[in-house]
Amino acid sequence: MEPRGDEQPKLPPPSLWPVGFAVGVVCLLVGLVVSWVAVAIGAGLVLIFGFLWARDVVAGQREVAALPPEEPAPQAPAVPAHVGEPEPGERFPRNKFLEAATLGLGGIIGGIVTVPAIGFAVLPSFLKQHGHEVDVGPVSDFPEGQFVVATFLRNPSQGEISRRTAYIRNNGAVKGKPSFTCISNRCAHLGCPVQPGGPVFDDKTKHVKSGKTEVTLIPALPAAGFICPCHGGAYDQEGNRTAGPPVRGLDRYEFSIVDGRLILGNTYSVASVEGSGASAKIHRYELAGPGQHVDGPEAWLYPLQPPH
Amino acid sequence: MARKKSARRQKLERTALYPLDWLEERSGLIGGVRYFLFRKVPGDTNWFHTLGSATLTAFLVQLVTGVILAFYYQPDPQTAHASIEHITNDITLGWLVRGMHRWGASVFIILMFLHMGRVFLFGAYKYPRELNWIVGVLLLATGLFEGLTGYLLPYDQTAYWATVVAININGTAPFVGPFLASLLRGGAEIGPDVLARFYSLHMLLVPGALIGLIGLHLYLVVRLGVTSPPWSPEAAGREPEAEPPPPRSGLVQPRPRASGVRGRPAE
Repeated sequence: MEPRGDEQPKLPPPSLWPVGFAVGVVCLLVGLVVSWVAVAIGAGLVLIFGFLWARDVVAGQREVAALPPEEPAPQAPAVPAHVGEPEPGERFPRNKFLEAATLGLGGIIGGIVTVPAIGFAVLPSFLKQHGHEVDVGPVSDFPEGQFVVATFLRNPSQGEISRRTAYIRNNGAVKGKPSFTCISNRCAHLGCPVQPGGPVFDDKTKHVKSGKTEVTLIPALPAAGFICPCHGGAYDQEGNRTAGPPVRGLDRYEFSIVDGRLILGNTYSVASVEGSGASAKIHRYELAGPGQHVDGPEAWLYPLQPPH
Repeated sequence: MARKKSARRQKLERTALYPLDWLEERSGLIGGVRYFLFRKVPGDTNWFHTLGSATLTAFLVQLVTGVILAFYYQPDPQTAHASIEHITNDITLGWLVRGMHRWGASVFIILMFLHMGRVFLFGAYKYPRELNWIVGVLLLATGLFEGLTGYLLPYDQTAYWATVVAININGTAPFVGPFLASLLRGGAEIGPDVLARFYSLHMLLVPGALIGLIGLHLYLVVRLGVTSPPWSPEAAGREPEAEPPPPRSGLVQPRPRASGVRGRPAE
């Protein structure tokens, strides 16, 4: 790559051979579909015309190289540099207008395109986040004073990924009103599934129809409360934190009873529970994510919650 | 200085270099690449200076293997894990490509930290290279996010629960945490869309950001030059003596001259 003194573009000399070359390529490609003979003819054409073309180009290069380098290039007539240019510091008003119009229109077009796209990317995470009610079967399936592990699809239209587990205990009726403890298995540390600290009686598993899906009910005896396998968080039978890293108690489900069936509603967060069973006093808060304090000064760190 | 070349040899060289000349005249690319590859670096650079290139190589491996994996991977909650098993067990050499991508991810992160350690211990973050340190930290964060989003894709129990925990850790950030978590999981609860969301982030948005940041990082490296090690006898910041550019041909590197040249070509 020698530095070339002249600024003249080096045009290849005119040549008709590329036409033949192109015909050869077309013949070759068509031949691939049609017949091998055509391929051979095409390949021959490509080779012949390619060679002729290359010869032309090389000959042209040689001619350029053979030109005497001293030959002075025709000088363009000197144009006074300042003609048509504004005085230093002066600007055309139209210039400014065009600049502003370009930036402004560009900004408007960019905004029109970007705002809906970002809205589409961000807003669905925060809108239409309503909970789903789940029918977990007749109340008679929940013997008084015993925990039952209920596994169900929170939102059947989402499929398996919405499978949730609740630890449900029938506390019996208080003044004619039924009382249930419905503990969510989502650990209040970082959201792993807590496990019952005691035997789970798989042989007494029951499958209950619930709409188009099924709810699985397994009796359990969580004598040691609930324990998280991830980081060792431990809770008592009311969901109070007893050990480990969780910042509050286990979340609970709202419940209602319709036509003798237990319906689980939304979840809410619990700081702690005083007492137990039907007489428990639950310090209830709006649902917060795992690891977020709901009471005490640390709760000031989470003043706003996205819609749940 | 060199022997006079025969006319035949000259003609041969001109013919061989013609394509490069053609490209150079129309794009200036050859000169740019040559400038990048044969720029001067301090004479006492050592193996520690290769950690950055090693990180770049690891990233390129991730790019290539990731694109190939995307031929076969299905980001659908029902079939994602099955497609991973298909890649690993059925497709020819699928286990190798997936293994390269999986272990290469760790290699990439580890090399980033080693490179960062080198830069820190050599004081290479100091004036005028502070901005490149900042870009490097952004690259580290972006790379870690790439790791987070990629970890969900096998969609087994480990992947799922690790992602749950990671999103909830984000959720504990003060003030913005709950919103950040909702944004990551695409709603109040993890749903079927999270996988596709992470897949898109993992293979489109985050790699794009990484490529852009790497471009900026390299631009600054080339513009500011490579630092000498702290034990270098050379005074920092000394300009090498001005000398006329050597005659060069194509991508061929000129023979190093024997005397008085500070610096040597980069690898």
